[in-house]
Amino acid sequence: MLTIEATIDRMRNFNISPAVPGARRRAFAAALCACGLLALASGSVSLAAEPAAAPNAALGSIAIRNFMFEPMSLAVAVGTTVTWKNFDGEPHTIHSIDDTFRSGALDQNDSFSFKFDKPGTYRYACSIHPQMVATIVVK
Amino acid sequence: MSNDDPIVTSRRRALRCLAFGGAGTLFTLAGGVLTPMDLVLAGTDRKSAAAAGVPLFVQISDTHIGFNKEANPDVPGTLRQTIELVNAMSVSPALILHTGDITHLSRPEEFDTAAQLLSQLRVTELHTTPGEHDVADATVTEYFNRYGQASDRRGYYSFDHQGVHFISLINVLNFKANGLGALGQPQLEWLEADLKGRSASTPIVVFAHMPLWTIYEPWGWGTADADQAMSYLRRFGSVTVLNGHIHQIVQKVEGHITFHTARSSAYPQPTAGDGPGPGPLTVPRDQLPKMLGLSSVTVQRYPNSLAVTDTTLA
Repeated sequence: MLTIEATIDRMRNFNISPAVPGARRRAFAAALCACGLLALASGSVSLAAEPAAAPNAALGSIAIRNFMFEPMSLAVAVGTTVTWKNFDGEPHTIHSIDDTFRSGALDQNDSFSFKFDKPGTYRYACSIHPQMVATIVVK
Repeated sequence: MSNDDPIVTSRRRALRCLAFGGAGTLFTLAGGVLTPMDLVLAGTDRKSAAAAGVPLFVQISDTHIGFNKEANPDVPGTLRQTIELVNAMSVSPALILHTGDITHLSRPEEFDTAAQLLSQLRVTELHTTPGEHDVADATVTEYFNRYGQASDRRGYYSFDHQGVHFISLINVLNFKANGLGALGQPQLEWLEADLKGRSASTPIVVFAHMPLWTIYEPWGWGTADADQAMSYLRRFGSVTVLNGHIHQIVQKVEGHITFHTARSSAYPQPTAGDGPGPGPLTVPRDQLPKMLGLSSVTVQRYPNSLAVTDTTLA
C-alpha cells in the first residue's frame, strides 16, 4: 500500500491540477476525498472535498509523470477502483497486457479509472510508449 | 562522383535548400536507393524536375492533428504549408502516402480536421497506415472507420501503381511491453503470400509507421519481427522501406533495400538517445520549419550507381 507521505504527495499533485470533466471528475473527487481523509488522520494537511460517492469504497491512485507510472507496482484489495492521472504533456494510455482494461488516449490532466473485481497480477503498459510498464496486484 | 549530372546537381540544390532553410526534400528512386533533392526548387524549376524522373508519390508523416503544446502550437498551419509544398510541385505526384500519426489522440474531431486538411492535396489517391497515436482510442475504431476499407480493417494491404508494387504494413497494434513495434504472424504470412511469384525486378515500396529496422531499442524505435518481413523482400532488386514515427530523417541501405524515415509536419523529436526519452522537441521558432517536411519519391529512368553513396541529407 501507499505510504502516507506518498499519498499526501500524490494528493498535492492532484490538488493543484485543473478539474477534469464528467465522470472522470467525479471519480477523481472520490479519490481526492479518500486521500483527504487519510491526510486528516495523519494530522498534517486539511482538505475540503466533496462527499465520497460510496462509503468505504476502496480507491487507489497512480500518477503518470515523466513517462513513468508512479508507483510502478501497486497492491490493492479486490473491489478497489484504481485511478490513473496523466501529468505529462505527452498523451499516454493504460493498456493491460491481457486486454482486461484499456483506456483511450489520456491528454495532460486526463484520468482513467478501473475497478478490480478479480484477484490477480495485472501487467499493463502505455500503448503509445511501451517502455512504460507497471503492475497492479489485486488480492 | 562526377559522371552523373542530375544527381550532382540535385545534391547542390539540396544543400542550397538547407542553407536557405527550406522544409521540403525530394527523393529520387534509382536502383532502389533514395537520393535527396530539393522540393522547393522542384516546384519552381520544371526542367530539373523532369530531368530527375517521373514523380511517383509524396510521403507525409506524423501530422499529429490535435497536438497543441509548445513545440508547435499551430500543427494545422504547418500541415497546410506542407500541403502547399506538394501542390506547388510542377509535376504532380499521383499518390500520397501518410505514414501514420495522422492525429495526436485518436479523437473523432482530430480525424475530421485532418481529413479536411488532407483533402486540399491535389493528388488523386491518399494511402495511409496508422501510427500508435491513431489507434489510442479504447475501442481502436476511429482510424479503421475512416481508413479501414482498403485493408478490410486489418491495417495491411498492397496495390500497384506505374509498375511499382506498394505494400502498407501495420506495426502499432501488437505492441509488447518494454518492446518494439510488431507485425504479428498473420500479417507476416500475408506478406509472404503477397510477394510470392512476383518478379524480382518489380520495384517494391513498403510503408509502415514505426521503423522497420531497429534504430534505437531503448526508445522502442524499431519493429521486433521486421527481419522476418525483410527476408521475403531481399530477393527484389529495388526495395524502398518508408517509415515515420521518429520525426527526423534516418536512412540505411542494406543490399537492395533502402530504409528511410520521414520528417514530421508537426514537430521534431530528439535524435536517438539524446535526453531521457522521445517526445516533442521544442526548438527556437525560426528553426522549426527546417525540421519539418516531407519526402517525395521519383522513379529514375536509368540506373545510377552513384546514388548508393549519396543518400543522406540530414
